Amino acid sequence: MIKAKPKPLEEIIDNVKDFSKLLIAGCDGCVTVCEAGGLKEVKVLASALRLYFTQAGKQVQVDEASLTRQCEKEYLAQLNDRMEGYDAVVSLACGVGAQYLAEMYNHKPVFPGVDTCFLGVNEERGLYSERCQACGRCILAETGGICPITRCSKRMLNGPCGGSDKGKCEINPDIPCGWELIYERLKTLGQLDRFERLVEPKDWTTSRDGGPRKIIREDLRI
Amino acid sequence: MRLQYPPNLRIIEVPCTGKVDILHLLQAFEQGADGVMVVGCMEGDCHYMVGNLHARTRVKRAQEILNTVGLGAERVAMYNLSSGMGGRFAEIVTEMTNKILELGPSPIRRAMGKGQMVREAGEATT
Repeated sequence: MIKAKPKPLEEIIDNVKDFSKLLIAGCDGCVTVCEAGGLKEVKVLASALRLYFTQAGKQVQVDEASLTRQCEKEYLAQLNDRMEGYDAVVSLACGVGAQYLAEMYNHKPVFPGVDTCFLGVNEERGLYSERCQACGRCILAETGGICPITRCSKRMLNGPCGGSDKGKCEINPDIPCGWELIYERLKTLGQLDRFERLVEPKDWTTSRDGGPRKIIREDLRI
Repeated sequence: MRLQYPPNLRIIEVPCTGKVDILHLLQAFEQGADGVMVVGCMEGDCHYMVGNLHARTRVKRAQEILNTVGLGAERVAMYNLSSGMGGRFAEIVTEMTNKILELGPSPIRRAMGKGQMVREAGEATT
């Protein structure tokens, strides 16, 4: 899932302080799970902004909405009737949702209310960690289900570097060495022979090297 | 016990301070409260295990927000005491009321056109 964290309130205030009719638009998808977007966070941010504007002596209308997903036109269209009434929108969706919202309502300033961070898991409430870098060519089958592109700080493909120390990464002793994890997992699976197979240089053309990516599924298109 | 404490307190009862949401705290200020105190059980004594610990984190977040929006973190506070500490309750209500009186009316209430010193110091949960 996409993981995000709320932007500092100061930054959001700085972005919207000159508008007089604001819509705070949440997304009930990924960012709701990590409690950065969604209706609840929309209400908290809207309340905070109303307090700010009121104490500053400004009459600003701050309204609230949350869509099932901001990365789909059909859900964004639910704002069609309301959008004309606002000067600007703060999007509490990931960068994808905020951009699609801006694309759909291109005459309205859209400000991000969260910092989109990575594709990750909920280890526990309030603790999220990265698991995938969306490189476009998954090699989990070869690496015991643990991604070296994400879990190894250097994205090594053929075992750990010299900085692996007692199972930890040299960049931070709190970060496990990705290749140590892979080794242990392959051992558990009885597949240590995989560890001995050389992996060819990775084809990065499916990653960011080719610019913005696109998936075209002819089998799904009409 | 015949303990006395300032009469300008509106008590809102909840089953556990774990029920107190950040929105309850912020919306109290939106409606013009000068201060809000959340009074929960002693830490470690929560019937629901961690209700008062959740409340503490929410109060802390509310304080950060109030600071950023210009109201000041001091207007919201969390206290922990047991149901047998009536004397302490009277003390903290007096303490919070005096603190709020020193701070003066909330800027929100002033902006709402109710500029006079407000005697309603806040809310408490029991």
